[in-house]
Amino acid sequence: MNIKKAFRVWQRNATVYRKLYRSSLALNFFEPMLYLFAFGLGLGGFVREISGMSYIEFIAPGIVMSSSMFAASYECTYGTYVRMVYQKTFDAILATPVQFNELVMGELLWGATKSLIYGCIILSVISVFGVVKSPYIIFVIPFVIVCGVIFASLSLIATAVVPGIDSFNYFYTLILTPLFLFSGIFFPLDSLPKILSELAFFNPLMHLVSISRGFCYGEISKLTLSSLVLLIGYLCLLTPLPFMLLRKKYLH
Amino acid sequence: MSAVKGINLTKYYKNFKALDAVNFEITEGECFGFLGPNGAGKTTLMGMIYGFIEPSEGELILFNKKVNKTTMAEAKYKIGVIPQDNNLDPDLSVLENLIVYARYFDITGQKARKRVTELLEFVSLNEWLNANVRKLSGGMQRKLIFARGLINNPELIILDEPTTGLDPRSRRQIWDKIEELKHSGKTVILTTHYMEEAEKLCDRIAIMNKGKILVVDTPKNLSLKFGGNLEYVYLNMTEG
Repeated sequence: MNIKKAFRVWQRNATVYRKLYRSSLALNFFEPMLYLFAFGLGLGGFVREISGMSYIEFIAPGIVMSSSMFAASYECTYGTYVRMVYQKTFDAILATPVQFNELVMGELLWGATKSLIYGCIILSVISVFGVVKSPYIIFVIPFVIVCGVIFASLSLIATAVVPGIDSFNYFYTLILTPLFLFSGIFFPLDSLPKILSELAFFNPLMHLVSISRGFCYGEISKLTLSSLVLLIGYLCLLTPLPFMLLRKKYLH
Repeated sequence: MSAVKGINLTKYYKNFKALDAVNFEITEGECFGFLGPNGAGKTTLMGMIYGFIEPSEGELILFNKKVNKTTMAEAKYKIGVIPQDNNLDPDLSVLENLIVYARYFDITGQKARKRVTELLEFVSLNEWLNANVRKLSGGMQRKLIFARGLINNPELIILDEPTTGLDPRSRRQIWDKIEELKHSGKTVILTTHYMEEAEKLCDRIAIMNKGKILVVDTPKNLSLKFGGNLEYVYLNMTEG
């Protein structure tokens, strides 16, 4: 694997994005803002304080992670699928010295970059509006990247296994939406039946949300060893799969 | 000197034999055509030559080096592919399409810019530099794909049905460009369904059917040997 070649693929996606970002930025930006303000301000009026935080303060750090998750996911499902199947960008790239693994690496890194962009936008907004005050907020950024790599990998796996572009609905409805809702963004998970809150331990987004919330309010103790082990576990488990599965899908 | 040599190249797709022990040798500087009906194995063979498809059996020799994963990556710097499908980046301009493609060959900055200008002049698209590719006609898009395939100044150029679907004028223009490449000493591999095109451009022709090469010779010798024009020879050989 030549990382420079992977960078060329990343650069191609960045070049296209620079041309089109006005349309997609608004869309990806609007949705998390909608959650933040509709729930934070609307629902927040009816919700008592959670662990000493107002409702908008409680959900804001989580929205950073969910918007980062969705940014990587949209990119590496619909985006990658269109490049592979409809625009035949993969065909064009593979006729050059870029090899298949480098191409997949470029897609993965680009997905993670989208996460970083959208995660950082939400982070800046909540800082500017004074929702979050701790300087430790800066340490959320590396975890936004972790979030990006995990969900870019998961999405590329989905891209490799779906029979057609419409099937991504299953991926979003059956996998991403439950992960999003049961991640502790909107309510503390210990209010759920025991079995559900135990299952939520395996939700990578739950750990990312809890870490983000910890840093946003200066509680570094929220970064537990079990969270780190689980996230590293997911990284090791998920990242090799797109390389194998996409190759299989593409060559047939 | 041989540019490309195939020894017993075979490709299975599950139980289907797409390519059946194919042998051929293409000399440097020649224009070599592969003719055959759809499904004859032409595209599989082209894919093998530019490292897209790995042979199930047999050996491929490019520029006198046996091909494996490492040498293929090297060899690809010397190969230009002009595919049959339009796989331009539809969101980018003519210039951006070429710049992005040049980067895959590590051609960047002023060097890339200079090469792009040369190529757009070569295919007479220089006035369209900043146009979005969606604004280009089908013929102009083909010419752009043609130019893109030459970005790395390749020694070996693979043209997969370069004029399919083009109007007669655009087709002539592409032919002229292929002639120019031949005159500058490039090796050209061409697949086509048009006998006229093969006859005009190719020094030698291989006729393929059902994964096999049936015959290789100059267009003239094929006509002499089998009696009748190239189309007659082709139709006879690929029957049934």
